[in-house]
Amino acid sequence: MPVEGSNKTDNQDFMKIFDARIERDEKVEPKDWMPDAYRKTLIRQISQHAHSEVIGMQPEGNWILRAPSLRRKVALLAKVQDEAGHGLYLYSAAETLGIERDELYQQLLDGKAKYSSIFNYPTLTWADMGAVGWLVDGAAIMNQVMLTRTSYGPYARAMVRICKEESFHQRQGYEILLHLVKGSEAQKDMAQDALNRWWWPSLMMFGPTDSESTHSEQSMAWKIKRKSNDELRQAFVDATVPQAEVLGLTIPDPDLKWNEERGHYDFGPIDWDEFWQVVKGDGPCNRERMAHYTKAYEEGAWVREAAMAYAEKKQKRREAAKSDLQVA
Amino acid sequence: MKNNWPIWEVFIRSKNGLSHKHVGSLHAADAEMAIENARDVYTRRTEGVSLWVVESKNITASAPTDADALFEPAANKIYRHPTFYNLPDEVKHM
Repeated sequence: MPVEGSNKTDNQDFMKIFDARIERDEKVEPKDWMPDAYRKTLIRQISQHAHSEVIGMQPEGNWILRAPSLRRKVALLAKVQDEAGHGLYLYSAAETLGIERDELYQQLLDGKAKYSSIFNYPTLTWADMGAVGWLVDGAAIMNQVMLTRTSYGPYARAMVRICKEESFHQRQGYEILLHLVKGSEAQKDMAQDALNRWWWPSLMMFGPTDSESTHSEQSMAWKIKRKSNDELRQAFVDATVPQAEVLGLTIPDPDLKWNEERGHYDFGPIDWDEFWQVVKGDGPCNRERMAHYTKAYEEGAWVREAAMAYAEKKQKRREAAKSDLQVA
Repeated sequence: MKNNWPIWEVFIRSKNGLSHKHVGSLHAADAEMAIENARDVYTRRTEGVSLWVVESKNITASAPTDADALFEPAANKIYRHPTFYNLPDEVKHM
């Protein structure tokens, strides 16, 4: 492995080996040589993904105590617990790149690392639990299925586990809406209102349009990403429109229509001003989400310290008992 | 304050008869907590019947740059495989 002070020729050789490996569709593993920019891109992307899972617990946690039945409550609890688990798989993958967990947390606390903007929207009604599962998890799945084939081994493996678990998330959300649309007029209106509010932010989850996306091209070349933002967005629209029809709900886009020639749905323009406003910190809940996260982090500090102190004390006792035995 | 719990690697035996397989890592203050956390993080859907946790610092890995020296010599020792040896057709199943 090249170390500091290794000469340029060495690095060029390693680069050739790395490029050839990517070309052969062979995975890159933690101890393999990789370009610094590849490592940095992965740390940024995987940690952002992990932070999204963790912050994503808040909008849904908001409804656990108010779930309308025990069946809904156990499902929502299991889903939120999964999101915590997904965050942990991803932090674990990021750490294989040589960054420590504390540093990852600190980047989020300092606002240096981002999380998905979708979680800066509020969950106002129970129908939002349906819309979040169906649309937000649905959009996430599009992206994550692609990432099961990403070129970095630990990230790909985390994605396989996550995708297996994620499909229950989407189905439980869709089922919530299925029940609401079969209910009273007020319940159906609630379902439509949730779709109206979550549709456009869900489309924004795929990120800026390809021509505006700064990291996309290099990420595609390195096979970190296999499909572009716009390709994924289109696939999501195509998959979701028929599902809305089954629900009898109307997607809030007057320009949405099937394009026979393209074999895809055409859809209206996305409000990128809103997207950038939320990314830059001025969405409806950015401050609330970070305040909650920071409070939980700070209030948990004594628990983390106490657990470590207790582990050290137990270790010392074990060692003392052992040396007593030797003396005797 | 920096207070990183050590990293542990987690291995799961998915069912009796199969060996433990690496699934990922987690942080825990000690081995007991590592087992408890591994149970919550990696076995929420009946993934296993047994867990191993090993503190990551105790694992020694071979260097990728040694891979050729270590593993390449096996590639040309085809006489270690049964198909290297020719037997008459009359001899079945050997």
